[in-house]
Parts: sequence; structure tokens; C-alpha cells
Amino acid sequence: MNKTVNQKAWFLILPVLLLVAFSAVIPLMTVVNYSVQDTFGNNQFFWAGLDWFDDMLHSDRMWNALGRQLMFSAIILAIEVPLGIFVALNMPKKGFWSSFCLVFMSLPLLIPWNVVGTIWQIFGRVDIGLLGYALDALGIDYNYTQNTFDAWVTVIVMDVWHWTSLVALLGYAGLRSIPDAYYQAAKIDQASRWAVFRYIELPKMAGVLMIAILLRFMDSFMIYTEPFVLTGGGPGNATTFLSIDLVKMALGQFDLGPAAAFSLMYFLVIMAISWVFYTVMTTLDKRDGK
Amino acid sequence: MSDRTLPENVTDTPEMTIHKPRVTSRRFRPSGSAVVMALYLLFLMLPIYWLINMSLKTNNEILGAFSLWPRNLTFENYATIMTDASWYMGYVNSMIYVVMNTAISLAVALPAAYAFSRYSFMGDKHLFFWLLTNRMAPPAVFALPFFQLYSSIGLFDTHIAVALAHCLFNVPLAVWILEGFMRGVPKEIDETAYIDGYSFPAFFIKIFTPLISSGIGVAAFFCFMFSWVELLLSRTLTSVDAKPIAATMTRTVGAAGVDWGVLAAAGVLTIVPGAVVIYFVRNYIAKGFALGRV
Repeated sequence: MNKTVNQKAWFLILPVLLLVAFSAVIPLMTVVNYSVQDTFGNNQFFWAGLDWFDDMLHSDRMWNALGRQLMFSAIILAIEVPLGIFVALNMPKKGFWSSFCLVFMSLPLLIPWNVVGTIWQIFGRVDIGLLGYALDALGIDYNYTQNTFDAWVTVIVMDVWHWTSLVALLGYAGLRSIPDAYYQAAKIDQASRWAVFRYIELPKMAGVLMIAILLRFMDSFMIYTEPFVLTGGGPGNATTFLSIDLVKMALGQFDLGPAAAFSLMYFLVIMAISWVFYTVMTTLDKRDGK
Repeated sequence: MSDRTLPENVTDTPEMTIHKPRVTSRRFRPSGSAVVMALYLLFLMLPIYWLINMSLKTNNEILGAFSLWPRNLTFENYATIMTDASWYMGYVNSMIYVVMNTAISLAVALPAAYAFSRYSFMGDKHLFFWLLTNRMAPPAVFALPFFQLYSSIGLFDTHIAVALAHCLFNVPLAVWILEGFMRGVPKEIDETAYIDGYSFPAFFIKIFTPLISSGIGVAAFFCFMFSWVELLLSRTLTSVDAKPIAATMTRTVGAAGVDWGVLAAAGVLTIVPGAVVIYFVRNYIAKGFALGRV
């Protein structure tokens, strides 16, 4: 749609601007403020320059957390996106079963995040949980509170359980927008199932899949509650992701300076990567002529 | 009404012709798709079933013998929650701030989304991305500053504090979704209305809002969802009076160990509002998750 130039449109944006400025800019400035100051207590602060940033850039703790975080986000994207597409392709397109699948698939998305953690905490326990008990009965030594590998697997399976439906629902929305003529043309050409997917369905889903990847990346990168409830970041620091580490530092140890510097860098990393996704997404939007 | 039938028709008619044969053949032998979906739904439902199963057992039964379904069905755990004010007030508090947040988010997002979808103005693209960056902001970054901000203006432990804090990620999302839906409404409708002598507020309320009602429903659904599931900010900003149910659940860890039955029952009750909301918006869910961009 061609838009008219109208500078007065700013007035319509004003409420959002004021609200978001209040709830984002002011707190963010507080963070910036802390990140360049040090304190000996008693609310006396003095200028520390970029020392905290320097400290954090040389801290193994942060790099390790960042490494774990990147690995986690990469793994769950690698599982959830193909699985979500696969599920979307198999969803019934019409009628009762379509609604049935939609409702039940959305259910995990609407469960409070700490309850998601609780569900899996119970589900994975060897003494009272179905999963833990079954694995134990099969003779697999499984203990997500002690064993690093088990903890990772449990956190990842939990996230796949929680969020794959989002990718699937987005993909499903994309599939539904494909006109019938495309399929008929493919039939006439005797295209294989793979060719239909590769040249018709995938390009048509590209736009919504970018949204899915963007949302999944952002949310997995700031995951806090679910692993915190499930493993508490353990065993050791094995599942301490960036947010968990940050909350430990800021609210647990009250190391405001380093925590603030950490926050800002964390935010910048997310913004940079999201910007790349966003640019790709808007380019795709334009190419589709919307 | 017209907005409902119009997009539906565009996407629906082709499906009917192409997929009907497939559906009829499925009736005779189960197709691969049905098996895949059944397995996937089983995977999704098992943990939830287990939670429900545990909520209907006594603690002795949970810890004593492993069973796939409750042998001695009990509703005691639910009774505990329903009769204890410190428990059920958690649900009330959560509902209050979620509804407040949804109302605030929609009220400010509607005009902004209209501006983004209809006009181009100085800095619009940058502004749009800046709004989205707030959706990307990790709540962990904001937990401490929020705590200090709301404490300093005397809003700590009130519902409005949590509602405003959740606006941080819900307003950008609402703007994003609504903008997508509004783009689908032809601009000629606006122009015709202005020629007919409607003022902007009258046009917006009487004509435009009904046209994008499904978009508003979807946006409300998402605001509800993200405000309902969030814990970190709502826990940080409350202590007693506005404590959300999610934070109340940590109470079950007592001196005698974890009260698994009550914990499971509380968990089941947190799923209920979401399930009810999903049921109402089920026909718009797919389009909604695509943020109106399909």
C-alpha cells in the first residue's frame, strides 16, 4: 500500500512513545548510569568510566555463559524450525480436526513459564515422574539434577515441547495462504512431493518462518524462568544461561556495576542479531509485493 | 461481518477443492499425516496429563507407589487452593494485572498502529524498529531498574506497576500485530468515510475498529498470553498485595519437603485461563501467530 506523507501522524504515536519511554528508556538509563559508576555503599557513587565493560569483556564467566547461550539457541533453532515445518505440513487443513490440533498445540504456549519448568521438573524425576521413571525402568541412568548431559537434554526437550507449536502454527498460516492454482500446476508438471515443498511451499512460508525464527531466537536468547525452575542453572553452571547469570549477579550478589555493563552488552548482542533477521524479513515482505 | 468473510474466502476456497479427496481417502486408511499429528499431540499432552494425574493424588500416593492414574481420586489439593486466600488471591492478582495490561496495551497501540499502517512520516521506520527492540529486551536486564523506578514513585507491589512493566514487551507486539491487520484494510475505506463527513475519531471507532475486530482479538490474545506467562518482572515488582499466582507457587516448598499434590493442582489451574482464551480465538490463531502478515 502506498502511504501518504503526513507528519501529524506523530500525534497518533505519541501515547505509545510516552509509555514506552517511561517503561523502557528510564530503566535503561538507570542501567547505563550504574554501568559507569562504582560504589562503596551508602549510596555514594563515583565515576568508574568503562572499567566495568573492560572487566566483563575479560571475564570468563560472561564468555562461558554467552557460549552456553549461543549453543542453546542454535540447538533449539536447529530442532524446532525443521520439526515445526514438518508438523505444519502434516496438519489437517480443514474442519474439526484442524481446530482440534490448533487448540491443543497452542496449549503449551499459554502455560506460565515457571509452570512449564515445574511440569518438566516433575515429569523428569526418577521417583515420581513418568519420563524419569520410564527411562529408569529401561535401564538408562538418567538424572537431570546431577548429570550435565541429562540436564541439557531435558532443558532442550522442554523448550521443544514448549515452543515448537509456535513455529508450526506460523508455518501452517503460511501454507494456508498458497493458492490452489500452484498445486494444480505442480500436479500437471508431475512435480515430486519434494519439489512441491522446495519450490512452492517453502518460498511461500519464508516470510512467516522468518518471524518464527526471529521470535524463537529472541525468546530463547533471554530464556530465564524455565531452566531456572527446572535445574536452577545447574548442575554446577552447566545450564546457567545469560539471563540466569545476570539475575544472579544483579539481584543475588548486588554487583550493580558489572551487572549493568553485562546487561548492556547482552542487549546489544540481541539487538544486533535481531536487526539482521528483521532486515531479511522486511526485504522478503517487499519482494512479495505486500 | 465483511472482514470475516472476505479474507476467509480468499484462502479457503482453494483448499476445499484440492484437499477434499485427501480427506475422504483418509477415512479408509490412516495417512502418514494423521500418525505424525497423533504422535506430536501425544508428546505435547503427556507432561500435562502427568500434572493433572498428580494433582488428583494425595502426597502419600505420589511418593508411595508409582501409578499411571490416580488410584484414590482426591480433590483435596484443589480444595486447599480454593479455600486459602493466600492461594486464590494469587489468581485474582494475576487476572487483575493481565486485564489492565491488555487494556492499556490495546488503547495505546491502536492509534499508533493506524499511523504506521497509513502514513509515512519522519523516522517511521526507525521508530518501528526501536519499538520492536523493546520486545527483544531481556526482562532480566530490566528487573532491577524497574524495581527501583516503581519503588521510587510508590507503585511497588501494586497491580498497575506490573501492568505497566509488561507494557514494555506487549505494546510493541500489539503495534506489530495490529499494523499487520490494518494493512489489509484498503485505504479507500478511510477516504470514503472522510468524504462522507466523518471526523477521525468517529471514523476510527464506528467504521475502522469493527473492520479489524479480529485483529484486535488476536492482539488482545497475545497481550493476555505474554502477560499471563511472565514471571520474572511480576515477581520482582510485587511482595504481598499484588503477588501473582506464579510466584505463589514457590510456597509449596515447605519444611516437610515439597507439597507435590498442591503444586500440581496450582499448575493445572494456571493452564485453565489460557485454555479458555484459546478456545475463543481458535479460528484466528493461525493468522494471529503470523501477526496478520499472511
